[in-house]
Amino acid sequence: MEQPVLADHSGRLDGSRQGRPRLGKVLAPYLLSLPAGLWLLALFLVPLVVMLSLSLQSCNTATGACVMTWHWGEFGQELSLYHAQLVNSFYLAGAATLIDLVVSFPIAYWIAFHGGAKKNFFLLMLLVPFFVSFVIRTVVWEFILSDNGVILGGLKHAHLLPQNFHVLATGYAVVAGLAYNYLPFTALPLYVALERIDKRLLDAAYDLYATRREAFARIILPLTVPGLFAAFLLTFVPALGDYVNQQILGGTSNTMIGTVIQNAFLVNLDYAGGSALSAVLMAIALVGIFAYARLLGTRTIEEYL
Amino acid sequence: MSVTVTAPAGPEAPGQAAARRRPRRRWGRVLLPLYSWLIIVYLVLPIAVMVVYSFNRVTTGLPQVSFGWNGFTTKWYREWSNIPELTSSFWLSIRLGLASTLLATVVGTLLALALVRYRPPRFRGKALLEQVLFLNIAAPEIVLGASLLGLFVTINVARGFLTLVLAHVAFSIAYVAVTVRARMAGFDRSLEEAAQDLGAGPWVTFRKITLPLIMPGVLAGALMAFALSIDDFVTSNFVSGSSVPFPVWVYGATRVGIPPQVFVFGTAIFAVGILCAIASIFVGRKKA
Repeated sequence: MEQPVLADHSGRLDGSRQGRPRLGKVLAPYLLSLPAGLWLLALFLVPLVVMLSLSLQSCNTATGACVMTWHWGEFGQELSLYHAQLVNSFYLAGAATLIDLVVSFPIAYWIAFHGGAKKNFFLLMLLVPFFVSFVIRTVVWEFILSDNGVILGGLKHAHLLPQNFHVLATGYAVVAGLAYNYLPFTALPLYVALERIDKRLLDAAYDLYATRREAFARIILPLTVPGLFAAFLLTFVPALGDYVNQQILGGTSNTMIGTVIQNAFLVNLDYAGGSALSAVLMAIALVGIFAYARLLGTRTIEEYL
Repeated sequence: MSVTVTAPAGPEAPGQAAARRRPRRRWGRVLLPLYSWLIIVYLVLPIAVMVVYSFNRVTTGLPQVSFGWNGFTTKWYREWSNIPELTSSFWLSIRLGLASTLLATVVGTLLALALVRYRPPRFRGKALLEQVLFLNIAAPEIVLGASLLGLFVTINVARGFLTLVLAHVAFSIAYVAVTVRARMAGFDRSLEEAAQDLGAGPWVTFRKITLPLIMPGVLAGALMAFALSIDDFVTSNFVSGSSVPFPVWVYGATRVGIPPQVFVFGTAIFAVGILCAIASIFVGRKKA
């Protein structure tokens, strides 16, 4: 995971030139990272602690005022109330992630191995959805999937579908929206992993009489595993907490855990309940995050962004 | 499963053998490109629908985009600013994007410099900092937004433009740092040492040597931060309070039906974004 520690070339040079390193030089790394460190401490780590603490408090839902009561029961209470939504989130986000992995592998493979001079163009095409606001993209899918819209309207007109057929307000619409919105998060890590494979390994395999299938199964696939894991993490975790797709495409059914958290915080002012559910979601995400960090190291995720 | 190795019939030149052994690429020739183009069409389709519907006539009296096609009009482009709340939310998003991009780019670039240049003996806590960055990038956004709202409620900070900027910088720093750091990978320290040998102080060295060299990376990081900020809905929805950024306004409007002007703004943002991306590809090519 860690790179072997090399001699600090520049540090030694400074030392030998000036005898003793100056205070400014010693403090430089800390001064440079101080603003970012403080910002992340105050507005990322502290809020997470506050969230945990809030989940143990009892809140007045009328005023939003909270007092610490070490009420551990909040977790059990929220989970028993909303476990269906949590399970539903797993199903919908899992289905969307699986679809994205299957759908984006061939195109990532094609761009990495056959993209040629147009690689940049194809990568831009993969990123193209990001140039339209996330909420607008989802609204447009509502248009596309609407009961009498471009697709269903045409099929109904041709009597290929029954008149009362609908996709909106079903789990399928939510999965379609999630799969579309998060596809680039899957395709890019896969592309990076495939692109990095040394093509000479394939030549070597063919020299040793491997068939295309064998070369794929024994060379390409194993070398893509880190990229697959990164793609899974970067797709599944955000999809799990998503509520925009569910709210716009899923109607009132198929509620996901994100919707419950959002309502707790913004509609019901139930900060304790919302915090408890957020903490549960974070704990679930942390399982994947820690597994990734242990197996592949924290730096590798940067290569896939 | 094992690769069966059959002995070649006779002595062969290695190059010839490889050429003959390599199975033909039927998949690579026809099916894969076709499939890939279909996926690209799929990715572009909603954007095309958005652009087309920004020209859609409205037949009902209500200012809402209808699902059906009613005929072509450029009315919504002429009346782009007719919905005051939408227009002000758009300008708020622009101001928010600029403010948070400026802050996140400065703070994130400094962090990237620290991470690229120093290793543990001189920079203790580096591994911890890297883990925090990783966690920040990988954590679900709804948790970040909800926990920030919890913090602001607990310490009693009124939600508005200030909390939006604080939150947007918080989720942009890690991306900026990672982007700048990646672009600094091939950075040649000897240029800085040369400047210092010639008597330049640390500030002059930074301004005349370091900054120009890392500028492409810093610009890429800034573009990233701006894109993240202007598109952000989840965090903004938690911490916006009474100042409503563009995505939050659009989300609110979905309940009553969105006005066609939303698609006009969406088309404009898309056009500017694509132009920036193409420009940056060309700039990068010229430099290389």
